[in-house]
Amino acid sequence: MSETEEKRIKASEMDPKFKYEISKIHGGEKLMRCFQCGTCTSDCPVARFSETYRPRQIIRMAQLGLRERVLGSDTLWLCAACFTCTDRCPQDVEVASVIRVLRNLAAEKGYVPQVFKEQATSVLESGYAYKIPELRIKKRETSGLPPLPKGNAESIRKSLQGVGFLKFLECAGEKK
Amino acid sequence: MSGNKNKYLMFLGCAIPYRVSAYEISARKMLQKLGVELVEMPEFNCCGLPLDPVSHEMMLILAARNLALAELKGLNIIALCPGCAGTLKKVNKMLKEDKVLREEINKHLKEAGLEFKGTIDAKHLMQVLIEDVGLERIKNSVVKPLTMLKVAEHNGCHILRPKEYIGFDDPEDPKTLKTLIEATGATCLDYMDETECCGAPSVGVSDKVALQLARDKLNHIKMVDAEAMITICPFCHIMYDTNELRIEKMFNETYGIPILHYPQLLGLAMGIPCEELAFNELRVDVSKILKKVTEGEN
Repeated sequence: MSETEEKRIKASEMDPKFKYEISKIHGGEKLMRCFQCGTCTSDCPVARFSETYRPRQIIRMAQLGLRERVLGSDTLWLCAACFTCTDRCPQDVEVASVIRVLRNLAAEKGYVPQVFKEQATSVLESGYAYKIPELRIKKRETSGLPPLPKGNAESIRKSLQGVGFLKFLECAGEKK
Repeated sequence: MSGNKNKYLMFLGCAIPYRVSAYEISARKMLQKLGVELVEMPEFNCCGLPLDPVSHEMMLILAARNLALAELKGLNIIALCPGCAGTLKKVNKMLKEDKVLREEINKHLKEAGLEFKGTIDAKHLMQVLIEDVGLERIKNSVVKPLTMLKVAEHNGCHILRPKEYIGFDDPEDPKTLKTLIEATGATCLDYMDETECCGAPSVGVSDKVALQLARDKLNHIKMVDAEAMITICPFCHIMYDTNELRIEKMFNETYGIPILHYPQLLGLAMGIPCEELAFNELRVDVSKILKKVTEGEN
């Protein structure tokens, strides 16, 4: 398939129910208000340097119901969540939150960048999103810092029971 | 919300113990000197923000869990990381206002014997400084005014946005950090795109985009001859300090601009010895500034 053909949108790709689905999720309520002014894209710090990330385009694709294209797209993960678009949108669309809703939907379909699986696993194991190096923990003492809070992994796992995302984490089920 | 203005539960988050200890060391020294007491909370977990992109539900539970733990102590939270502070503030507001959501999240917390009631507040360090400690007390703590320094501020995003939930300062024209910098005696320079994002959240997805964003800001502050950049966020600090050398190499630039955590700057003005402010943890050479400050006292 040529590049032009790939970009061409077919009517069969469009799911008119998609926008209603998004509007029911917290943060996606105002998707349909967008009138494509482009304030989000022109103010987006990522769009300044990325050749592919355009928030206005993502919002339009969501409105058009291009479910697969939006959810399977790598560019969805480029948003830096700076919330400039959300604060400046004249229609109060909460653009960054709509993008978060789309990411959550993508994750439900299994499109989860590795880094998030690692961070979620780490939270379940230690309470921290990153594995704090042993050296850092020891160094706290010599730096005069109080010991690193130990967290309570068991209690965290209990409170996260039933969260759908956990099914993507191999360790989570075993350690419950 | 009222509460004790001189005693807080310390919320460290993940990035700070992971690789930004200079911020914690200097912040603790600074707060101690200002008479703010910090209480440790061993059971705190990740604020939840890193997982919001993949599971809003997981973020809500993790944030609510921290808030519920703090409620047991009856103290407000102070967070050094704007990402943590913003998340805790946002979820606190959401759960206070939305009874249905609160009940749903409380079902999860109940499994761990916890309950969100909405009785405390969460604040970022800068908010505590300006609202609770107060500018007068900060100014009075300055014994060595840093009048010899010209610096640039960098607020970052999550301390200000989204404004509906954060409700602090003006995201389009923020003044608090400037005011706090000027309280040390240093000059705070204006420059283009001051409120621009550092790019940190894009690291790992597109390092190129992230580093170009960081470079853009370093270019601007170089143009106004800033001798240092002052940050109040661990992620922004990593972007500019840890990555400055990498950006220089990648784009064939020369900056040599030190990136200081705000508590390091105020700490210097308060007369806290340099060795106690963890300057040795910074990547970009800070000796020129420290020399200037030391010589300035003569």
